[in-house]
Amino acid sequence: MKETPLSNCERRFLLRAIEEKKRLDGRQTYDYRNIKISFGTDYGCCIVELGKTRVLGQVSCELVSPKLNRATEGILFFNLELSQMAAPAFEPGRQSDLLVKLNRLLERCLRNSKCIDTESLCVVAGEKVWQIRVDLHLLNHDGNIIDAASIAAIVALCHFRRPDVSVQGDEVTLYTPEERDPVPLSIHHMPICVSFAFFQQGTYLLVDPNEREERVMDGLLVIAMNKHREICTIQSSGGIMLLKDQVLRCSKIAGVKVLEITELIQKALENDRKVRKEGGKYGFAESIASQRITAFKMEKAPIDTSDVEEKAEEIIAEAEPPLEVVSNPVLWTPGTAQIGEGVENSWGDLEDSEKEEEDEDGTDEAIILDSIKMDIGVEVSNIGSQDAPIVLSD
Amino acid sequence: MAEAGGITTESVAGDRARAARTMLDQVVLPGEELLLPEQEDAEGPGGAGERPLRLNAGTRSRGRVVCGPGLRRSGDRLLVTKCGRLRHKEPGGGSSGGGVYWVDSQQKRYVPVKGDHVIGIVTAKSGDIFKVDVGGSEPASLSYLAFEGATKRNRPNVQVGDLIYGQFVVANKDMEPEMVCIDSCGRASGMGVIGQDGLLFKVTLGLIRKLLAPDCEILQEVGKLYPLEIVFGMNGRIWVKAKTIQQTLILANILEACEHMTADQRKQIFSRLAE
Repeated sequence: MKETPLSNCERRFLLRAIEEKKRLDGRQTYDYRNIKISFGTDYGCCIVELGKTRVLGQVSCELVSPKLNRATEGILFFNLELSQMAAPAFEPGRQSDLLVKLNRLLERCLRNSKCIDTESLCVVAGEKVWQIRVDLHLLNHDGNIIDAASIAAIVALCHFRRPDVSVQGDEVTLYTPEERDPVPLSIHHMPICVSFAFFQQGTYLLVDPNEREERVMDGLLVIAMNKHREICTIQSSGGIMLLKDQVLRCSKIAGVKVLEITELIQKALENDRKVRKEGGKYGFAESIASQRITAFKMEKAPIDTSDVEEKAEEIIAEAEPPLEVVSNPVLWTPGTAQIGEGVENSWGDLEDSEKEEEDEDGTDEAIILDSIKMDIGVEVSNIGSQDAPIVLSD
Repeated sequence: MAEAGGITTESVAGDRARAARTMLDQVVLPGEELLLPEQEDAEGPGGAGERPLRLNAGTRSRGRVVCGPGLRRSGDRLLVTKCGRLRHKEPGGGSSGGGVYWVDSQQKRYVPVKGDHVIGIVTAKSGDIFKVDVGGSEPASLSYLAFEGATKRNRPNVQVGDLIYGQFVVANKDMEPEMVCIDSCGRASGMGVIGQDGLLFKVTLGLIRKLLAPDCEILQEVGKLYPLEIVFGMNGRIWVKAKTIQQTLILANILEACEHMTADQRKQIFSRLAE
């Protein structure tokens, strides 16, 4: 589907509102939307909600042979997908530009910054290393995909546990999660992307633009930083010309924001760790609040199961035992043989007209089968024409 | 075995068709069948579908039962096609018809319906018609002559990206929808190009229906807050304009939040804003 066009009226209103330093949802210029992080039952699965933008991240691992020129390093693989449920404009063939841009930015942010120690992923040098694969899916698009995706990626990586491996001489033992507790990945630092949207040729800037603001912006500056104030990646798109002090100011703001977000991530990871250790319930189902007005629950309806046993016994008593399977095949003609008779048709009551047709067709077969049965000596009750064997329709 | 099979199928069919009367205001799911009041009497005692002869006019005369959105007629019964709560409205005139049944469902995606007034965005001008995006699967077409006082020489001043308030004259699943900005007498009656300022935002279709109900208090309370202009489109779009940007933003946020607030919370918020 095509994207809903932006009307002149909306564009004008948004630009005027930004000039007056007002945002649609009441935020200040440097405010982020609410970030909510929830974990699934598996290790390495998380959903990050930045306002209404939702990204699902999943980390998985596999033992593979390493790359030829990097024999002692593990392999990292990142993949972001824009699911069609995220926005009507996302279709399987149509999103390539945005997708490539986001994927490249994510790779630069996570791979080139060496936030994960790839040497620790090596099991047997030159033969077996761990391949860590991070899959991100955009579930809802309400602006600022890159921030939400980078948070989801780093949270999933911090949450993930890989199976434990021990090497003794030439023997490599891979332990299942039951034998030995899985081991977390070794992560040096957490790079997080912060987006700045520019309007009116760089005069006004906003942090964390939502979807409407992204439509009217002139350019975007993304700074990936960690909490030690080290810049991992910086990218400016949209062709606006930024002054040196603007970029410096943005990096200072990014430093503050990244600190806040990193604290939030640590807290979320800590909570999840505590819940899992104490044996409480964890997973996505637990993170959905059931007290909200938008959650609909019906009271449990009491069902009387006191007569279930009697009914079950009745049905069993009335049903016929299935016919015994005769292992001798009966040869009708060269190429056609029959083993046994098949089970009764249990699909329910056939209509009268169909039954009559069956009777006409079935009489021949019933006679033949009768004779067979007499030969074999299997007694079948109810062999009347009504219970004709299954007639295969053409 | 055949007999046992026969019994099970019959009871399954019987369970699925319930009386519409008992399901009022309850959640129904697509695929359920509902019996209208007269049919349940017929099927109850007889079982074989014999209709007892009624000589007295005291029983509810059926007349014409209207099948509203979310319901479809399948034979003699109503088949539910959307999930939501079943509603019924008695006919006003007393004996005309048997009332209306419909399903109150929540939806954000709009499907064009003839006669609906909607807000559209002009996407293209091609020759004599404008292509207007109304949120459906296809853009609607709007002829430039369908404005009040428009002639071949006197064309309306409509640019790409403008907002239009109009109604559908043709809207079915087989044809491209067509809309006009005049009513059947040729007068505009509020339709046409919507002014330049103001904010357009999108809400669910259920909220629009709630706000446009005759006795909606939300609109009256909002009107007491600030002087404002507001246009509701049945396709979920609302255009609002107040004196300052701050007031417009407040109104937009209130209307969006009205969906999930109870009446008390709403009154609290309004009383706080009025200060």
